[in-house]
Amino acid sequence: MTGIIEARNLRKTYGDLVAVDGISFSVKKGEVFGFLGPNGAGKTTTMKMIACVSPRSSGVLSVFGMDPDTQPAEIKQRLGVVPQETNLDPDFTCFGNLFTYSGYFDIPAPAAKKRSDKLLEFVQLQEKRDVEVEKLSGGMKRRLILARALVNNPDLLILDEPTIGLDPQARHLIWEKLKTLQAQGNTIVLTTHYLDEAARLCDRLVIMDKGTILVEGTPADLVKQYVGDEIVEVDKSAEMLACLVAHDIPHEVTGDTIQIATDSSREIAKILLDSCQPKKMLTRLATLEDVFLKLTGRTLRD
Amino acid sequence: MTHLFSLPPVSVRAGRVWYRNLVVFVRTWKVNFFPPFVDALLYLFAIGMGLGTYIKEVDGIPYINFIAPAILAISVMNSAFFECTYGSYVRMYYQKSFDAMIATPLSIEDVIAGELLWGATRSVLYVAVMLPVLAAFGVISLPLALLALPLAFLGGLMFAAIGMCFTAITPGIDTLNYPMFLFITPMMLFSGTFFPLSLLPEAFQYIALALLPLTHVVAIMRMLTLPALSWTILLHLAWIVAVTAILWVISINLMKKRLIT
Repeated sequence: MTGIIEARNLRKTYGDLVAVDGISFSVKKGEVFGFLGPNGAGKTTTMKMIACVSPRSSGVLSVFGMDPDTQPAEIKQRLGVVPQETNLDPDFTCFGNLFTYSGYFDIPAPAAKKRSDKLLEFVQLQEKRDVEVEKLSGGMKRRLILARALVNNPDLLILDEPTIGLDPQARHLIWEKLKTLQAQGNTIVLTTHYLDEAARLCDRLVIMDKGTILVEGTPADLVKQYVGDEIVEVDKSAEMLACLVAHDIPHEVTGDTIQIATDSSREIAKILLDSCQPKKMLTRLATLEDVFLKLTGRTLRD
Repeated sequence: MTHLFSLPPVSVRAGRVWYRNLVVFVRTWKVNFFPPFVDALLYLFAIGMGLGTYIKEVDGIPYINFIAPAILAISVMNSAFFECTYGSYVRMYYQKSFDAMIATPLSIEDVIAGELLWGATRSVLYVAVMLPVLAAFGVISLPLALLALPLAFLGGLMFAAIGMCFTAITPGIDTLNYPMFLFITPMMLFSGTFFPLSLLPEAFQYIALALLPLTHVVAIMRMLTLPALSWTILLHLAWIVAVTAILWVISINLMKKRLIT
């Protein structure tokens, strides 16, 4: 096994429900690996299996070359987990949360004290050191959870929706911290709904849907491969559609707009301007979001 | 998966969970030590001196001395049972503390074992506060009554495990009221606490001895505080040890079944 995480045919079922349906992936040391997908795609279940808190139904899974079924404590000793739900200990202050959590990793008290203070500084919460966690804002709580995930100096960070519900300032701060951690050689696995976040942070990612992996690659490659470089958007009208068909231009209708994915927006724009009289036209770079919607569809999931 | 009776692998890390609860308890010690102190006084005044005015003696024992061990035993039951029902449920469901803990090297077995040990410890702490009060009123006899402390741990562990079984199967926090009213309250009244077991119809006496755990804790406690030791203490102890061991295993496995999916 070469990767930090190796999964082959990993499967998880709850009764009749198949949450993860035979996925295979490999996460290399030092990379940021993303799991994207609509709600119910199986991302969180996959995270839980890696984090040794949910046993797999079948397949092969190894973390640091160890099996979560047989060596969970050894694996977890080297993991840092940021869960989707905020589960800080309300009976303690910010410092108390980090210090108590350090105890669960058998970190001696003097070292735990020092590290807790250092981490509070790292997530810019040193002024809230002795404040009860209930009094923190949502963004502060997420930052404290990130700090908590780092108390044991983990080799692998697992982040389930790390920036969920945060304002742009808080998101940028978390991104910055994750970049720092990656630069220090940490391996990071994350799930997210925010595709700009994935594009910004991930070296490689998979898009999941209905328990399976649809595609895997670098964000840039995926955009290029599945959408193209650019998108031209025009308002939807019968004439426009007819015009596009007449010129044999592949397009996609989404609501009130027509999207045309292309490697050269200039060429398309010229054709449209010359012969289709568009009322409004917009060209933009293709994003991961276009890939995501193309692969997983536009239907609401829950 | 996990069988209900398979021996759960608990490591010394359970102590971390126990310690976490102790730290929180000590931080709020004023709130925590006041109730058992007041409890002891209330019982002594209301039942001992109120009711005791009419009932002078039970089986040749001053009534207040008769109920003193029952007050201790009830306190053992209540503190451990409350801790591992409402207390554990809040930590499990509302605070998600167990989820946070099992993301560390702690296993779910360690977490639940730590909770059970803490429940038992709480019983010991309560008894430790009540003992001096009762001793000051001269209704228990030292030093043998000091053995109430280890008994509180053993009995506390039993009631912690009973509570944890209910916590593992309760659909919500409101339904934890059922075991309170249908199990704990009757037990408080019919376990040889405020009147001797022998006053019950014979069939009920057997039922109490077979099914009401408090009966055995009260019986031992009374032998220690009067003191009136008899060889039957061994039978009562054996009953408590056996039931505690079985419920320790079952409660941990039930909680694992609830939380690990």
